[in-house]
Amino acid sequence: MIEALFFYLFAGVMLASSVMVVVSRNPVYSVLFLILAFFNAAGLFVLIGAEFLAMLLVVVYVGAVAVLFLFVVMMLDINFAEMRAGFQKYLPLGLIVGGILVFELVVAMYGDAFGGKTAPVVSEIANTTRLGGVLYTKYAFLFQLAGLILLVAMIGAISLTLRKRAGVRRQIIAEQNARRPADVLEVIKVPSGKAPAAANTGKAEE
Amino acid sequence: MLELSLNHYLTVSAMLFALGIFGIFLNRKNIITILMSIELMLLAVNINMVAFSAYNGDLEGQIFSLFILTVAAAEAAIGLAILVVFFRNRGSIAVEDVNVLKG
Repeated sequence: MIEALFFYLFAGVMLASSVMVVVSRNPVYSVLFLILAFFNAAGLFVLIGAEFLAMLLVVVYVGAVAVLFLFVVMMLDINFAEMRAGFQKYLPLGLIVGGILVFELVVAMYGDAFGGKTAPVVSEIANTTRLGGVLYTKYAFLFQLAGLILLVAMIGAISLTLRKRAGVRRQIIAEQNARRPADVLEVIKVPSGKAPAAANTGKAEE
Repeated sequence: MLELSLNHYLTVSAMLFALGIFGIFLNRKNIITILMSIELMLLAVNINMVAFSAYNGDLEGQIFSLFILTVAAAEAAIGLAILVVFFRNRGSIAVEDVNVLKG
């Protein structure tokens, strides 16, 4: 009973905020509604008994991906208003395609294929423990592979966005270490008694 | 109605997925919103996986959902990096301007 109420609360807020993500005028609002949608999806996950994935959703999506979106949206200087040209034109097509998709999926799932499942299977052991027991044994190789994918994504993102601007002084440690006194120091013999002509002019200007 | 079943979760995820598709159709000029719609669709897939996993008493779905999360995070990072580089070079992120590779 109370579970169903929470389900409708989470699902309703999630779907409403997803609508706002799609139709919102300002992409910053879109990102904030995306965060709200992820929080409510995490609530749904908790409701169904997948606590670890719920926490992961909050940490990874809300904490990393959505904030990344927010940074990029705020960093780019774009006139988002002119990007909404054609919004009305594509509305009917989008509604038709989305409606057909929902209809098909709902018809498919109210057939016999998935029927009869009324209660989630409850386990004595905590969800995180069970997940860890499988993830680090049976799927250890795939787990490593996921880490590799993240590494490749990280290096790719860094190397894509790294740029060398002209006219910016950087510290190049190899060049600093390679400097020798013979290359940069000049010892000038100053004859005593006479005014040093060439060597002193630089000093005097400072 | 007040008794939750697998179909409830599947319906919600189907609606979320359709909203993602709807968003791609609606905002086909704004690539940031397209990326966000893709995230919504991936979230719908995750809800589907977790619902089946919970109602079948089988953890494989949650493991798969974990990997989907990983790949989605990587995809978002790379996609936004490409977006930033493209904006730096062209000064625009409109989808119809992305035609440098066209012959």
